Amino acid sequence: MEKQELLKVEGLKQYFPIKGGFLGRTVNHVKAVDDISFTVYEGETVSIVGESGCGKSTTGRAILRLEEPTEGKVEFRGVNLADISKRQMRNYRKDLQIIFQDPYASINPRQTVASVLTEAMEIQKVLPANKRRHRVEELLETVGLLPYQADRFPHEFSGGQRQRIGIARALSVNPQLIICDEAVSALDVSIQAQVLNLLEELQEEFKLTYLFISHDLGVVRHISDRIIVMYLGKIMEIGDKTSLFENPKHPYTKALLSAIPVPDPDKKKERIVLRGDVPSPIDPPSGCRFHTRCPYATAKCKVEVPVLRTASSMKEGHEAACHYIEEIESGEKQPNY
Amino acid sequence: MSVPEIILEVKNLKTSFATDSGEVRAVDGVSFKLPKGQTIGIVGESGSGKSITSLSILRLLASNGKIKEGEVLYKGQDLLKFSEDQMRKLRGNEISMIFQEPMTSLNPVYTVGQQIGEALMLHQNMSKKEAHIRSVELLKLVGIPSPDKRVKNYPFELSGGMRQRVMIAMSLACDPEILIADEPTTALDVTIQAQILELIKELQDRLGMSVVFITHDLGVVAETCDYVAVMYAGQVVEYADIRSLFHYPKLPYTIGLLKSLPRHDIEQDKLEPIKGNVPSPHDMPVGCRFSPRCPAATDLCRAKMPQLETDEKGNQVRCWIYSEEWDGESEVNIYGETRIAKSRGTETVLPD
Amino acid sequence: MTKYIIRRLLQTIPVLIGVTILVFSLMHLVPGDPAQIVAGEGASEQTVENIRERLGLNESIPVQYGNFLGNAVQGDLGSSIRSGRPVMEEIASRFWVTFELAFYSTILAVFLGLIAGIVSAVRHYTLADTSIMIVALFGLSMPNFWFGLLLIQWFAIGNWMPESLEFLKMRPSGWGDSWRQIILPVVTLGTGGAAIIARMTRSSMLEVVGQDYIRTARAKGVSERLVTYRHALKNALIPVVTVVGLEFGGFLGGAVLTETIFAINGMGRLTIDAIRTRDFPVVQGTVLVISVIFVLVNLIVDISYRLLNKRIDLN
Repeated sequence: MEKQELLKVEGLKQYFPIKGGFLGRTVNHVKAVDDISFTVYEGETVSIVGESGCGKSTTGRAILRLEEPTEGKVEFRGVNLADISKRQMRNYRKDLQIIFQDPYASINPRQTVASVLTEAMEIQKVLPANKRRHRVEELLETVGLLPYQADRFPHEFSGGQRQRIGIARALSVNPQLIICDEAVSALDVSIQAQVLNLLEELQEEFKLTYLFISHDLGVVRHISDRIIVMYLGKIMEIGDKTSLFENPKHPYTKALLSAIPVPDPDKKKERIVLRGDVPSPIDPPSGCRFHTRCPYATAKCKVEVPVLRTASSMKEGHEAACHYIEEIESGEKQPNY
Repeated sequence: MSVPEIILEVKNLKTSFATDSGEVRAVDGVSFKLPKGQTIGIVGESGSGKSITSLSILRLLASNGKIKEGEVLYKGQDLLKFSEDQMRKLRGNEISMIFQEPMTSLNPVYTVGQQIGEALMLHQNMSKKEAHIRSVELLKLVGIPSPDKRVKNYPFELSGGMRQRVMIAMSLACDPEILIADEPTTALDVTIQAQILELIKELQDRLGMSVVFITHDLGVVAETCDYVAVMYAGQVVEYADIRSLFHYPKLPYTIGLLKSLPRHDIEQDKLEPIKGNVPSPHDMPVGCRFSPRCPAATDLCRAKMPQLETDEKGNQVRCWIYSEEWDGESEVNIYGETRIAKSRGTETVLPD
Repeated sequence: MTKYIIRRLLQTIPVLIGVTILVFSLMHLVPGDPAQIVAGEGASEQTVENIRERLGLNESIPVQYGNFLGNAVQGDLGSSIRSGRPVMEEIASRFWVTFELAFYSTILAVFLGLIAGIVSAVRHYTLADTSIMIVALFGLSMPNFWFGLLLIQWFAIGNWMPESLEFLKMRPSGWGDSWRQIILPVVTLGTGGAAIIARMTRSSMLEVVGQDYIRTARAKGVSERLVTYRHALKNALIPVVTVVGLEFGGFLGGAVLTETIFAINGMGRLTIDAIRTRDFPVVQGTVLVISVIFVLVNLIVDISYRLLNKRIDLN
């Protein structure tokens, strides 16, 4: 079956102005997202991973126009969302939903669960008013809560349950794409597993597409079909799950993967410990953004921005933005710690 | 082989907090041993009481917290019987601590050097000048570039990873016997976490300290610890050497935790989540605290609290399955794994 | 930092212009013809016309404002109608009286307020804390004029202090040669201020004491006393400094009632008298000077806040 494009991001840039000087003029920009492109197909889960400040959350927000993107195209079913009016955008909000890390912060504490859920339906006019209550109870059951809990307030729920409410709210308007922005990051492992399983079940049942934003590579490997690795506003590597985890090509991806502790005391592996901190996105390094911390960096990396490409040893659809994929692989280039 | 010296032993520690809605027993039966030069991990989910345990050891509880029972034996002496003055001489000197939030754990109005130097002047009677020189050395030790400049920085001028290094430098100032690290890498990015874990390990080898490592991250435990105490709802529920714990966990809760952990290094089909939620401290189950969530729970589990049972290796588990009194099947299936009960248990009578 | 100070200075310009416009409008907002009011009832047409001419009221409003501003910048705020002396002179002779009162009141407020606030915070939820906070609440709620009158009743008239009738005999040429004369008004103003500072210090201390770095200090083996004074207080004082500065500014401009009660010939008294006698140039002058002082105090507070709290510099 031909894969259907659902979301196509092209040349997306999100710069935040920094005010300064005597008159509060814009003196510089935080280049939170700097020219990224990717496609999400219907029914799949694409994850964006990276460390804090890499621009993963900003990307999610820019797609939804929670912040107006500086530049670039965000095509949803062929319509450029960055181009349409705010009014038109409102019609698309139904199709694109977002779940945040802290559902509590995004739910009005004075509203009951039922009113949180009906409100969403009301705004989007999904159901006639008299059928909404029934739908609320249905939704609560779908996300593993009980119908009688509909009249409770958010503070009466635990963190995991509140995240279920957040999911129910997203589902209430029958969306096609759900952006999960660190949706399970604040949860304890045992609860996190419950919510991850729920997300998977819902995807199957409602043919949902997920854009999953997370810093946790374990979670990402579990839930994704394809993965985007970002660093300082740029895509470093993109590929299907198996290629990316089993055959990472970018030195940053390799370092990131090797940095994660494995819950197995006998699995002692070679760790690549990166030097230094992530540079500031206000004045990102020239050339390859990773060159200041990369063990393979050369003079070329400081000047020339590498483009995403598929080397011969890589599967189709697996791309990395590094000048030296082949040389590192053949061992011709050795790390310089 | 000689028996290693036990530098820290916590016995049946109980700590409560007075709150508006009554007494909360945050720590309710914590016991573990830490051999000298080794690392023990105290692992648990939020609300398990792991951080309160660490604060109880140094008696740094908030004013509404109180240690009700138990012993904290440091080199054989019970710290709970120490005077406040004696404790003060110990803190930051023989036992020091680093905390989760490097962003907020340093005093914003003093320079890094002043804050490191404080402990030195306090415990080692150093002059301001000596303390300054030593602070620079310590910053160098924890891998901070150009330490002679950084020593004059205020915390806000440093990144999160740098601040945690400063915290470590501060805690190492007086060559402590024990370092208590309370989630030291939780607020940091993975690549920075890797740096800090590496640093703690390296310094431990070099200085021979013993470490108490409090974390919720099983990966971090596997990588850094020699022993693990798993906590649930205020109690230590399993205590084991690191290999036993990860290769053959006995407690259903531990098995469940490992099964619910999504891993980046292997392909997993489906996660096996533990059902339900952590019990509220105001409404603890009568019997085993995990019994409402446990797939193997029997009437006995629900009625009576199990005690920590020690096995031949010295590992401990708080579970009826491994006691003589077990009233369930002899082969217990827990999250897809099989455990053999100690007693034969009740035999299932199959109908003809 | 220098950049910040310059920017902050530039920002005060529009505020000051706003103030002058308001002050200037005073003259024109009063019902009726200002010249008529100045001349008084029953003045002849000619007199009123002369006054109008003298005050420049025949010019267009923008020109009048321009003249007013131009003169004000040069320190010329016109002359008092009542005494005929230049307004600036009138103000200058009274300013130092008020300044002295405000200065000592602030010192008293800081001294009492800090001690009360710290004690309250260190022993929070004890009897000491509750008592201090109740007293502070009284101090805040009690109007100055009432408290001042009570003090006079107790100490000056009630013969609790035999010679204290002196308090009421202020010499118009200023004062300050006797601490006895200053003590009651300073207590009146200072205790009110102390109440605010005490509450601020307490809440600020309590907030700081709950911070992670206080726990870090304890974990280092720092004694409770040092934790309070070295680690907590320095952080807790940052917001208190703002309050102290604003209080000082408030005392300078707002001691009107206290000055009236104690018959002190300060700026407040001058303003009240000017209003009572419809001495417009003086009213304009005092309001202008008080506003300018307040703006300047604010500026100093902001800058010192920046200096104390280095973290802000980053953003």
